[in-house]
Amino acid sequence: MKKFDLKELLVNNVVTIIFVVICAVSIPISGYSPSYLISEVITRISRNSFLVLSLLIPVMAGMGMNFGMTLGAMAGQIGLIYACDWNVVGIPGMVLAAIISTPISIILGYLCGEILNRARGREMVTSYIIGFFMNGVYQFFVLYLMGSIIPIASQSLILPRGYGVRNTVNLIGMRKSLDTLIDLRIGGVQIPIATFIVIAIFCVFFLWFKRTKLGQDMRAVGQNNEIARDAGIKVEKTRILSIVLSTVFAGYGMIIYLQNIGTLNTYNSHSQIGTFSIAALLVGGASVDKANIRNVFLGIILFHLMFVIAPLVGKNLIGQAQLGEYFRVFVSYAVITLALVLYEMRKRRAAKLALMEEA
Amino acid sequence: MEKTEIPLLEMKGISKDFFGNQVLNDINFTLHRGEILGLVGENGAGKSTLMKILFGMEEILQTGGYGGDVLIDGKKVLFKSPEDALRAGIGMVHQEFSLLPEFTVAENILLNREPEKYSVMSELFGKRLNTVDRAEMQRRALKAISKLGIELDAGKRIQDLPVGYKQFTEIARELSKEDDKRDEGASSLRLLVLDEPTAVLSEKEAETLLSAMHMLSEAGIAIIFISHRLHEITSACDTVMVMRDGLIIKKVPAKSANVSDIASWMVGRSVSTERVERKVEVRSDKDILKVEHLKVIMPGEMVRDVSFSVKEGEIFGIGGLAGQGKIGIPNGIMGLYNAMGNVEFDGKKVTLNAPRMPLDEGMAFVSEDRRGVGLLLDESLEWNVAFAAMQIKEDFLKKIGPMKFRDQRAIEKVTKEYVDLLEIKCTSTRQKAKELSGGNQQKVCLAKAFALSPRLLFVSEPTRGIDIGAKALVLSALRRYNEEHKVTIVMVSSELEELRSICDRIAIIQDGRVADILPATSDSTEFGMLMVSKVNKEAN
Repeated sequence: MKKFDLKELLVNNVVTIIFVVICAVSIPISGYSPSYLISEVITRISRNSFLVLSLLIPVMAGMGMNFGMTLGAMAGQIGLIYACDWNVVGIPGMVLAAIISTPISIILGYLCGEILNRARGREMVTSYIIGFFMNGVYQFFVLYLMGSIIPIASQSLILPRGYGVRNTVNLIGMRKSLDTLIDLRIGGVQIPIATFIVIAIFCVFFLWFKRTKLGQDMRAVGQNNEIARDAGIKVEKTRILSIVLSTVFAGYGMIIYLQNIGTLNTYNSHSQIGTFSIAALLVGGASVDKANIRNVFLGIILFHLMFVIAPLVGKNLIGQAQLGEYFRVFVSYAVITLALVLYEMRKRRAAKLALMEEA
Repeated sequence: MEKTEIPLLEMKGISKDFFGNQVLNDINFTLHRGEILGLVGENGAGKSTLMKILFGMEEILQTGGYGGDVLIDGKKVLFKSPEDALRAGIGMVHQEFSLLPEFTVAENILLNREPEKYSVMSELFGKRLNTVDRAEMQRRALKAISKLGIELDAGKRIQDLPVGYKQFTEIARELSKEDDKRDEGASSLRLLVLDEPTAVLSEKEAETLLSAMHMLSEAGIAIIFISHRLHEITSACDTVMVMRDGLIIKKVPAKSANVSDIASWMVGRSVSTERVERKVEVRSDKDILKVEHLKVIMPGEMVRDVSFSVKEGEIFGIGGLAGQGKIGIPNGIMGLYNAMGNVEFDGKKVTLNAPRMPLDEGMAFVSEDRRGVGLLLDESLEWNVAFAAMQIKEDFLKKIGPMKFRDQRAIEKVTKEYVDLLEIKCTSTRQKAKELSGGNQQKVCLAKAFALSPRLLFVSEPTRGIDIGAKALVLSALRRYNEEHKVTIVMVSSELEELRSICDRIAIIQDGRVADILPATSDSTEFGMLMVSKVNKEAN
């Protein structure tokens, strides 16, 4: 048995610890009431959990953080645009959006997986760039083809020039329809029970999935491609499947996210969703090769708690609320950078230790 | 040992060449049920090629197949892939582990052969969504482990296990294959090949493994046991087969063989490279290089505790079997791998782990990795020869004001000299290094080191992968360089005969330690014994 080592524990969880400290210091400065913070955190969990959970499967298959989840988010948005266009509202609208997004996600995820198989060992940076590239394709479809070649019936969705979807799509018919499906208030705080049930089902699915043959294969592939291949596991196919699943779930996650927000920023909503989701997961103590459900929820609570309080802290400290927005972007990238560097360092140190032990 | 009429495995007149290079010649032997055959031979004797043929490895077919017949149960077989061999009941445990560190023992034993439980989702999305039956997995893993007669917790993760148990996990994987539902005609494990299974084991673990082998043999499984530890061979095997230069030298019952006989069969060579006697005596009594308690962390070539000293003007050989640490020594001293200990060069302490220091002191290194470390493959011969000297000694440079420029004419001149001296076959001195043959590349590496005009030169595996003619040339060039420039040479090689042909003294490295240092004129059997017998660790 390994000896319990406090220093090791601190080093391994340094990102999480930094965030706990930031939050602990900032909450009193911000002056927010506990009940406000709790209700905010509950909203953020219901809004973001599904998205962050969709990242877990590629980590299991050894492909790191899937920045390509942006592709799924785009597919989800296309689904929502159509649901709005056809004026299907409420839960049926969300289901319709999900149904439309699924085949798009599968195709995009498959392409992404194929490309990542050709960029082995550099999956994260490659999927990051694929996200940018596909953003261009998405804009081409939504900004030029929709309303001109691809029929869009509702004029209220189309830009005044006659084609292209408007910058914002009002999701008023769907707004919070899942969150308020089961109405429950505790002390004035609205609890989105139905959303939590969906998230819980996804968690159970993930745990079950780990126990399937496919899950087992993904874990094997994630540890060592060559050994898995020698044992007869179809490595490439398994890796592609992990990305496809992640993309599809990211699409559903985006639909849940946007029904909570209530408006779709056609050209912006998806752009940073990958970065923020990954940052949240890393804050929760995940690393490039290990992530679990606990990391998801802890990460969302800490990361978004900071988001909520940062503007007021900024205002109270230096009189500027913009600091919050600035802080949010800056911290996300800083967290990802720090986590990646720490991961590499840890890996190298472990390899060196193993060699030392052998000598 | 009960012996049935028809042997389990028979190899008849097996021969194999790789592009005209004969590596196996008329191999004949039989193996019966439950027999343990010890297979010994130096690196390159042909053991692994023989096993590759038995396993139907792709590279055998791709290089033109083999001559002769392999018979299983008296019937001729031709395995086209390792899967064919598996179906015939042949299993192999490789030297390197193919285990996943974060999986448990049971998960590794049944990797990609996990028993499954039906799940409804599989109707929709295919078989891979069946769940893994962990209880059944545990049961099958334990069943395989119990056949080895050992205690091993199947729920433990591989990374937490001592290395010996990793070996058992690999063997158990082969054994567990009989539980798989397999197509008709497939047979359960009947022949197990263990490729140097004890090389990484402690003595106690090795003992356990040997007794596990006996259990398997009693269950009727034949074993081919490849090992360099001769005392294990003589104690555990029924038969000993010694290979050398692609031939079976001896096949005798293990009881009638003793360790020193086997060692001499292994290394004794009928045709040996002629020893070249010194024409000029350049050796002095002064120690130029002193190495004390050197430890080098080089994967696969660990140096544990090595001490020796080299006299000025001497050609000092370092030999030993592959993986024992001999290659780690020059790599450690030259600062390419993490090293600890005390190294003195000409009375001055050498700073370790700083590649520039030994070069500045006047040492040079011709690496065994000539394509990776030795050469700039995409650059011209001129560049390759002059590059190191420009960097280290600022030779071949013209100074104009504060700027330094390459002296193209001097570079060309010196490269031409070496091309003539070493008979490097090239179209011009501007030809790219990657376009040359292996032997000529090696000569360029030597030229590069010579251009540094070092006082001590390390050469590591200078003749690896080059043909016989080039070999002789490289060796005589080293000797000539030593005699003409009074340069001390430390030469590391896996080929004992090569060391014996030009060295003055030879150190044999075993398990990261010096087994002994002998004059090169000693009998080759003595060297052979040093390579294979265990070093007395207390004595070091």
